[in-house]
Amino acid sequence: MLTFTIRRLLLSIPTLLFISMVIFLLLQLAPGDPMAQVPLTVPPEVKQKMREALGLGQPIYVQYYKWLIQFFWVEPQVFLDWATRETFLLGWLPDTNFSTFIDPDTGAVRPVQRTISWQTRSPIMDIVIQRMPQTLWVVGLSYIVGILIAIPIGIYSAYRHYSLFDQAGTFITMVGFSIPPFFTGPLLIVVFSVTLGWLPSIYDTTHVVTDWASFKVQFMQMIMPVMVLALQTTAQISRYMRGAMLDNLNQDYVRTARAKGLKESSVVMVHVLRNSMIPVVTVIALGMPAIFGGAIITENVFKVNGIGQLLLTALFANDLPMVMTLTFIFAIMIVLFNLIADVLYGLLDPRIRYD
Amino acid sequence: MTKQAIPASPIEADIETFGALVDKEPSKPPRSQWVDVWQQFRKHKGAVFGGGFLLFITLAVIFGPFLWDVDPKALDIRNKNWRPIYQLLFDSEAKAGWAHPFGTDQLGRDIMAQMIAGGQVSMAVGWLAMALALLIGTAIGIISGYFKKLDFWLMRFTDLVLSLPILPLTLLAVTLFRQPLNSRFGPEGGMFILIVGIIGLTSWMQTARIVRGDILALKEREFILAARSIGTRSGKIIRRHLLPNVISPIMVSATLGLATAIITESALSFLGVGFPSDFPTWGKLLSDAVSRMQEFPERVLLPGIAISLTVLSVNYLGDGLRDALDPRLRGR
Repeated sequence: MLTFTIRRLLLSIPTLLFISMVIFLLLQLAPGDPMAQVPLTVPPEVKQKMREALGLGQPIYVQYYKWLIQFFWVEPQVFLDWATRETFLLGWLPDTNFSTFIDPDTGAVRPVQRTISWQTRSPIMDIVIQRMPQTLWVVGLSYIVGILIAIPIGIYSAYRHYSLFDQAGTFITMVGFSIPPFFTGPLLIVVFSVTLGWLPSIYDTTHVVTDWASFKVQFMQMIMPVMVLALQTTAQISRYMRGAMLDNLNQDYVRTARAKGLKESSVVMVHVLRNSMIPVVTVIALGMPAIFGGAIITENVFKVNGIGQLLLTALFANDLPMVMTLTFIFAIMIVLFNLIADVLYGLLDPRIRYD
Repeated sequence: MTKQAIPASPIEADIETFGALVDKEPSKPPRSQWVDVWQQFRKHKGAVFGGGFLLFITLAVIFGPFLWDVDPKALDIRNKNWRPIYQLLFDSEAKAGWAHPFGTDQLGRDIMAQMIAGGQVSMAVGWLAMALALLIGTAIGIISGYFKKLDFWLMRFTDLVLSLPILPLTLLAVTLFRQPLNSRFGPEGGMFILIVGIIGLTSWMQTARIVRGDILALKEREFILAARSIGTRSGKIIRRHLLPNVISPIMVSATLGLATAIITESALSFLGVGFPSDFPTWGKLLSDAVSRMQEFPERVLLPGIAISLTVLSVNYLGDGLRDALDPRLRGR
């Protein structure tokens, strides 16, 4: 198992490098110019200088190499400095100074060059870390809610196969599967914000929870985006859960368990459920990258300024370093969680041996 | 047979036994596989409804313009903001009438005509992108399952494409390639090619994996060995013996592909990177209407319901097909 994990980890390095190269080359074809918004009175030579200051004058392979260095070497250093300086966990360590260097000409201490956004001219990672909590809260919570609803539905509709509950559950999951979030979102807004006026239609990310009243506001504004996303998760996972339970309920070991006089509850909830969870856990792991990727559409509908919305605005503003970094972070998440799903599958199911 | 007559000769006895073995009634003609599939499919109510609705909506968008020959782009500013006809039930003063059953938009364009025109685009994108994805997926699946040398690299490639973040890359590709394709094929044609191409190129992986798995299993069967031992060439083995046997997983993934293609196209239009603004598609109509949905909720509802019902019916169709094409489930 350990060798398998290490082999897969090593194999994911060339995969990620290749993906980053694909994204980078795609972005090279972009027609946009970061100087498009600069006033026309600025002479072309100055514009050229400004372009070079953003690192655009260099050949493609130099640009790619610099991006790689900044992403894999500089950013971890900055993170380490921050961790030893400000966090509780590592703050007791002596402060590190990886992310600064001494200018040979002036002798002054200067920070290293990080990947900067063309929109804001600030380091991309800082913006990403700013946006991450919103996405994690909304999308992550919706994922948990979705799983918590889906698993009981899946279990019960498999246990009462072809019953009314099963038919209704299958129909509802099918509907949840088919209605896109850009329809459920506006629909919920029309019903609950416009007609009934119960819930706010815009998610206010500047809202700070200090007491019970502000917690209630936070709770109210989270209901709709979380439910829209949870509907999708529920639909997907309850189908898997039902399928896995149905596969296991007809197995011989279930008959054995019943024959030796175990209670029905312990047959279903212990023997069958534990075995049925194996494929479901991997499906859950495979869906995790979407949490970090943010739900681009739902964030757009409810005006949550999370990662998905950041990517969308960066795309429209031609902010290529931002798009590159964000897309690559999503790719890392997908590769990582694919690996986790495979490892989990091997750990949970003793019948599967990778070696 | 209480009283059995003793036969006169052994030959007569044989004839009598033979007569007893022959069925009394004429036997049914042999049933073909597709008759079985159809009978199993008919049992799945949702699938029949789904298939029927898909057929209906496809015919409606194809023949709709002949029955409802209002130009979807014709402006009629005097008759703008009509409400749909059912509004008269609640409010007899409402601006509505049979001239525009679904109402008109803020520029006086007929919404029914726009829905039909939008449906044409959405369905065309869905069907073509699905066909493209199936073509690529089946080709890669068969090649990688049949030719051992290529298997490793093709499957690594498939894994790699699977680990790309699809929606961000789709958005990226649309914003990048819009200009060159638009100047080549015009704003509508260029966008159509672009969206079909992108959806097709990013959704073939599941088909490829399923087809490869089936081919790997089929390749070891005796009939392939027999075909090979009488000197059949690889191309012919694939066309005559392997393809017909993987047709059922391909059909199931076709339905899934159609559903995702319709949703992706609408999502792109919704995010504002789809077709040009005066070119109606269901997603475009929906996203244009969102800003005014307080006064005119029907403009969000109509395209939204159209998308959802189409996708729902396609998903049910896929469910029924999966059951009907699975020989283990058939006849139960």
